[in-house]
Amino acid sequence: MSQLAAVESPRWVRIGLIPLLQLVLALAVSSLVVLMIGEDPIRAFKIMIHGAISTEFGGLSNTLYYATNFIFTGLAVAVAFHAGLFNIGGEGQAYVAGLAVALVCLTLDSTLNVWFIAPLVVIGCAAFGALWGVIPGYLQAKRGSHIVVTTIMFNFIATALMSYALVVWISPLGGNSTDSRYWASDAVIPKVHELAPSLGFEASFSLLSPVLLVALACCALVWILIWRTRLGFAIRTVGSNPNAATYAGINANRVIIITMAISGALAGMMAFNEAYAAQGRLILNFTSGFGFMGIAVALMGRNHPFGIVLAALLFGALYQGGTELQFEIPSISPQMVLVIQGLVVFFTGALDRLIREPVEAVFQRRAIANANAAVAGGN
Amino acid sequence: MTAPAIELKSINKRFGPVWANRDIDLKVMPGTVHGIVGENGAGKSTLMSILYGFYTADTGQILVNGQHINIQNSQQAIAAGIGMVHQHFMLVEPFTVLENVMLGMEGQGLLARAQSKARKALNEIASRYGLDIDPDAIVGDLPVGLQQRVEILKALYRGAKILILDEPTSVLTPQETGQLFNILESLRSQGVTVLLITHKLREIMAITNHVSVMRAGKMVAHRDTDRTNPEELAELMVGRKVLLKVDKRPACPGENRMTVNKVGYVDDRGVKRLKDISFSLRSGEILGVAGVTGNGQSELMKILTGALQPSTGSVSLETGAGVHVLKVGEWPDAGQMRDYGMGHVPEDRLQQGVVKSFDASENAILGYHNKEEYGSPLLKPENIVNATLELMEAYDVRPQLPSLKTANFSGGNQQKLVLAREMMKEPDILIIGQPTRGVDIGAIEFIHRNLIAARDKGAAVLLVSVELDEILSLADRIIVMNDGAITGEVVASETNETELGVLMTSTADADAPVFEDKGHSGKYEKKEEAAA
Repeated sequence: MSQLAAVESPRWVRIGLIPLLQLVLALAVSSLVVLMIGEDPIRAFKIMIHGAISTEFGGLSNTLYYATNFIFTGLAVAVAFHAGLFNIGGEGQAYVAGLAVALVCLTLDSTLNVWFIAPLVVIGCAAFGALWGVIPGYLQAKRGSHIVVTTIMFNFIATALMSYALVVWISPLGGNSTDSRYWASDAVIPKVHELAPSLGFEASFSLLSPVLLVALACCALVWILIWRTRLGFAIRTVGSNPNAATYAGINANRVIIITMAISGALAGMMAFNEAYAAQGRLILNFTSGFGFMGIAVALMGRNHPFGIVLAALLFGALYQGGTELQFEIPSISPQMVLVIQGLVVFFTGALDRLIREPVEAVFQRRAIANANAAVAGGN
Repeated sequence: MTAPAIELKSINKRFGPVWANRDIDLKVMPGTVHGIVGENGAGKSTLMSILYGFYTADTGQILVNGQHINIQNSQQAIAAGIGMVHQHFMLVEPFTVLENVMLGMEGQGLLARAQSKARKALNEIASRYGLDIDPDAIVGDLPVGLQQRVEILKALYRGAKILILDEPTSVLTPQETGQLFNILESLRSQGVTVLLITHKLREIMAITNHVSVMRAGKMVAHRDTDRTNPEELAELMVGRKVLLKVDKRPACPGENRMTVNKVGYVDDRGVKRLKDISFSLRSGEILGVAGVTGNGQSELMKILTGALQPSTGSVSLETGAGVHVLKVGEWPDAGQMRDYGMGHVPEDRLQQGVVKSFDASENAILGYHNKEEYGSPLLKPENIVNATLELMEAYDVRPQLPSLKTANFSGGNQQKLVLAREMMKEPDILIIGQPTRGVDIGAIEFIHRNLIAARDKGAAVLLVSVELDEILSLADRIIVMNDGAITGEVVASETNETELGVLMTSTADADAPVFEDKGHSGKYEKKEEAAA
């Protein structure tokens, strides 16, 4: 029993084979759904894949744009998870960070250009997201309030707060009833299709912007944080064995609070991509579930920055491909696309163990057999 | 001849490469109290879990009252008349005694009828076995001893004629222990068979009729209690006749390193775990702390190493890092203790000493990870790996693979890694718990030699161990703990196991356990005297 848990299956199984099997299973069940409404699943998947990777109509760019959001929220979940914390408040943390975008842009976008505004927005997003993460972190560390419950509650508070802020404070400054006005175009990071001509290529319209590079940089920073810093060492110790943390003189409460601040800041960065760069204004519910999807992304990416990039690409492709599908096959309604996306999340996230445990058990049994042979051969 | 209440025939249970139970045979006669003793990890709990249906044996047979039965889960065990009282109670604290007793046996949708039925049955059982209790009391409000009584009532209400008690006295005060033994007496006289799992030999001698000894997954001996003695049982448990002799010169104690002054600790349940502990520790000596597991040693170690705040008392440290007086309320954490010149090998390496999922190299710096030599500002893996290789080389940790997951090392090698980490820094004070638990003989000698070497280099070593011969062969002075208090201090070269055994069971104050039963404890005392 303890032996089984102690032996790990090979890396290619954990981050390659198992996610692939999960995806295949999800697509198989999705095929049944498509068949049910009388369409050809093969054709549907072809459209989805083509829609997600084609460069003709900005398919690939939009996939990457979605992936940018998923990388930020996925990293947020992963960092918290390394400390043994389940942060499901990414949605709210990102949403509140939108307020920082509005604050900076509405006050400064007429006086400063993008080179000054963008760093301020990054700082604002990280700070507001961190604040929204650190409060549940503090409550967990000092009061024992469970982080899952408090982060969910903070999502609701964020929704109410932002609705109020948009309607009462922000929209009167020039937007529609629930939106802000557009940020001044000089103050916003140009999108890839806008930059393309000056870089010597053509790109069709998409929401993709160089923020993707910021997201990839965050991946590298998170990797360094978790595996190369003392804080990361402390985070992983607290997450894996709190007793050992006490033994090592690590203050678990402090680590929990700091981790939630970092996690919230990463989630907040999603607003940098969405509310600042992509939409160019603050819209009601602009987070539209990207924060929650970060949980599935982190799960599928095994809480590793590299895995998260891959998972974010997959979910980005699902989002973009799903949009194409609605155009091409009108009988597949947006709700049907949601069902397919949901099934992928279901099999890779919620039902993770359904595939993982039996597959890992096979490899573990092999590893134990080898270990036993080694033990018999001499200690 | 009557059939045994329980008969186990060649029970085998393997977890991966580990044999938890190997060819276990056991006969328990009806209407007796049968003790099962063994060290931690000897396989007692696994065996009882098999009997109660938590695990299924790989091979072997179980007979209850002469009938072959197949126990796949605890419902089947209950149906066969087997009840279990767990070490950690399985009670719903906000429920009343009555509700807890009938839990899972309500019978129908509405509770009223079941309740009155259960109340009648409960009263009847309580009066038959002398288990008085208020059926309407809230379980969470009851003292631990009475909660345990509820567990026993639960088992009896389910028709148990065979009762398994797993380490029942580990959470009890001495008075409650006395009361429990009275209950076991009365159960026995009513024909109930009791299986008592413990590692406290005193209890075995006081209450059981027969005793079986387990060691390393095997059943090594069966004895009638009145024809054995604690010394023999201890030897059977440990499996060694000879003391491990360690070459050592007499100690030359130097200056005082640590003075512990009236340290006390009261746990969350309000139980006094430590009572006014005072002693001093000098450089160049090994001070052994002897005692049966669970008599306050763990709490003492945790307090001295900064993992736990004491309730009363103070400690002063005089090390190369200066003089520090530690007081309640401003107790340092484990990291500060290390800065004050303390090394700590924890009793339970998997719980405290290492993170199983970490690479060996990461565990090699656990607790010292803030030191600049491991890279600054970022951790430098090559520095850590080199440091780890050095530790592995010096302490012969095998395999010498710093990148291997710690869980994949054997227990002995994990322990050597922890020892290397704590001792290679040459701290002025070394606090060491169970240094050789789960370690093979070869490694034990190696570890012992290194402890003596550390002492001779001037370390002040506090050695906590439940292995008496380990303490006897390593320590220069020995303090003995029982029930959270120091019951005596002796010079190692002038004492023996018998004297220590007496101190381990004697009490420092009037909180003496009361065994109001016939004969057994008296006989035990007499034997002690004869042996002395």
